[in-house]
Amino acid sequence: MADFEIKDLRASVEGRQILKGVSLSIAKGEVHAVMGPNGSGKSTLSHTLMGHPGYTVDGGEVLFKGQNVLALEPDERARLGMFLAFQYPVVVPGISMANFLRTALNSKRGYDGKDKSKQVTPKEFRSMLKGELEVLHMDDSFLPRYINDGFSGGEKKRAEILQMAMLKPEIAILDETDSGLDIDSIKFVAEAVNRMRGPELGILIITHYTRVLEFIKPDFVHVLVDGQFVLSGGAEVADRLEKTGYSEWGKEETAQPQEVA
Amino acid sequence: MATVPKVEVGTDYKEKYGFFVPEEYVFKAKRGLNPDIVKEISWMKQEPEWMTKMRLRSLEIFRKKPMPTWGADLSVIDFENIFYYLKASDKQSKTWEELPPDIKATYDRLGVPEAERKFLAGVSAQYESEVVYHSLQEELTKKGVIFTDTDSALRDHPDLFKEYFGTVIPPADNKFSALNTAVWSGGSFIYVPKGVRVEIPLQAYFRINAENMGQFERTLIICDEGSFVHYIEGCTAPIYTTDSLHSAVVEIIVKKDARCRYTTIQNWSTNVFNLVTKRAMAYADATMEWVDGNLGSQITMKYPSVYLMEPGAKGDVLSVAFAGKGQHQDAGGKMIHVAPNTTSTITSKSISKGGGRTSYRGHIKIYPGANNCKSFVKCDALLLDDESRSDTYPYNDVDAENVTLGHEATVSKVSDEQLFYLMSRGIPRGEAETMIVNGFIEPFTKELPLEYAVELNRLIQLEMEGSVG
Repeated sequence: MADFEIKDLRASVEGRQILKGVSLSIAKGEVHAVMGPNGSGKSTLSHTLMGHPGYTVDGGEVLFKGQNVLALEPDERARLGMFLAFQYPVVVPGISMANFLRTALNSKRGYDGKDKSKQVTPKEFRSMLKGELEVLHMDDSFLPRYINDGFSGGEKKRAEILQMAMLKPEIAILDETDSGLDIDSIKFVAEAVNRMRGPELGILIITHYTRVLEFIKPDFVHVLVDGQFVLSGGAEVADRLEKTGYSEWGKEETAQPQEVA
Repeated sequence: MATVPKVEVGTDYKEKYGFFVPEEYVFKAKRGLNPDIVKEISWMKQEPEWMTKMRLRSLEIFRKKPMPTWGADLSVIDFENIFYYLKASDKQSKTWEELPPDIKATYDRLGVPEAERKFLAGVSAQYESEVVYHSLQEELTKKGVIFTDTDSALRDHPDLFKEYFGTVIPPADNKFSALNTAVWSGGSFIYVPKGVRVEIPLQAYFRINAENMGQFERTLIICDEGSFVHYIEGCTAPIYTTDSLHSAVVEIIVKKDARCRYTTIQNWSTNVFNLVTKRAMAYADATMEWVDGNLGSQITMKYPSVYLMEPGAKGDVLSVAFAGKGQHQDAGGKMIHVAPNTTSTITSKSISKGGGRTSYRGHIKIYPGANNCKSFVKCDALLLDDESRSDTYPYNDVDAENVTLGHEATVSKVSDEQLFYLMSRGIPRGEAETMIVNGFIEPFTKELPLEYAVELNRLIQLEMEGSVG
């Protein structure tokens, strides 16, 4: 039984249809990978699932906990248990990471400034952070920094995974989390994600390249081309892509890991 | 047996004994403005003759000067419908507990006692037109620091007062400095002797309370050579039904090697006209810093300025303005480089929402011979919706050589990407917007003592509530 079900999702950006009917079922405990070449609709899929205002839903539904989340605001989706690790985490000046994490955690718990029992205590917050920071090879020094401001590529992606670890979603979408990362950072990120793997979490990894899948082994791999899935299978699909790239769908792009400085 | 003559209080008291029944003047002040009212104010305060004359001369100037036609629309102010002097309470309270309960309630909401416990050196809180609460730590007195209300300063330190009063901002400077000089009441007076550093901020809280009541406080700060002081004023006011005028004058003298920081957070109710003249003179290697936050009021016109009088002087203005529906914040700063090798910066942040309007208005003047000066102006405006408005009016006059002058201005909206990012973490839209706005003014907030930073963030939150559709 699927815990998270995408049914015939169609979406467009600035009047151009990008997703042309995407269906996918994820059960908690599973790791799914969506792979595709540039322009196949990967980003549209992640943004539409989370409710970015720049993407228009033209049809279909996304069912999670008995609700069509497409009707919900992004914050409502998050509080329901969804999480998106951004490909390009956004810089927000003037707000410290610590403040951001604490506010997000309080929101997730339904703290609205009134019922203090729902509020995360400083002690609890510190102890939650401590363990996660270690796994991601991060330290306290990033907590007073403004959200993603002046972060290196690796720091941004690790900060995304840290947020995921703190917020404990049930469905996590990792949007090209491997892009722009050196091999060490990919390993740290993968280690943190693998630690969270378990029966309470379904993961959707969106990626162009197979490399991240060497560290986070997917149960299912789906190939997205021109807004539709053209192939679905187990981990072996990734191996096939690694050898032949996307050429069988007329795309001259490799799925080999890129070298990052 | 001696006979005590019977006197009818309120009728022939004045004739027989030459003084007024307090109630008549304390509680039944008249509206409007004329030489008699000005004389009465001065007489009530038992001021020296020179002050009475200065007030009357200032009234003349006020009457002659036309209303400024630039900036905000001031034509709706009815000067004849304003109380120019009110006294809330006859005596000054010495401790917090002695304050009248309704004043306390307002201050409690602002966290004043908490702030005092933590780091107050002294408080003088202006309630209506008179200072009712005043405390001063003994160590300040020992160091020779004078921190008092301006009325008391005129009485207790007449020579010092006369030497500096009206020297930085003469009555004829502008229409509202003339008005203030004619009818001023209350405000703070600070003198810091040579080489004395006041390490804890001195604070005052101001509040307008009565309907149609003018508030014309007058503040004078003198930092003698090599001294340092940080003065903080914070304001809040309840909502009224008719217009109210607040027109303060703040004069500051920062002598050689001294440093003065003046921090203001104003949150006048949205029917108040807030027309303030603030100016400092900075001498050799002295530093003057204005930290100025304007929320509330219907119209604010305020341009803290620094006259950089001698080489090495430094001036800073850091300001934040928030304009909501029906509000116009016309604020900025002025830096007048009189001497060479002087530097200045103006950083202005403004936020407009719900059709509110913010204007940055600044003036950088560099006099002939004031070579090797540096000045940098940065204004950032944040618009929260399409109805709101922000303008920039920078004026630069440079008549010297080898001058470095920079100006940067940005206008932005709360970005969809930032909003989406915060919301994707479960933070509701309104709270996310508030966070972004608070983040935008963080360069300002971080300069404030903690309590004020918290209070400002809370005020922004209140302002933001319901602003999001």
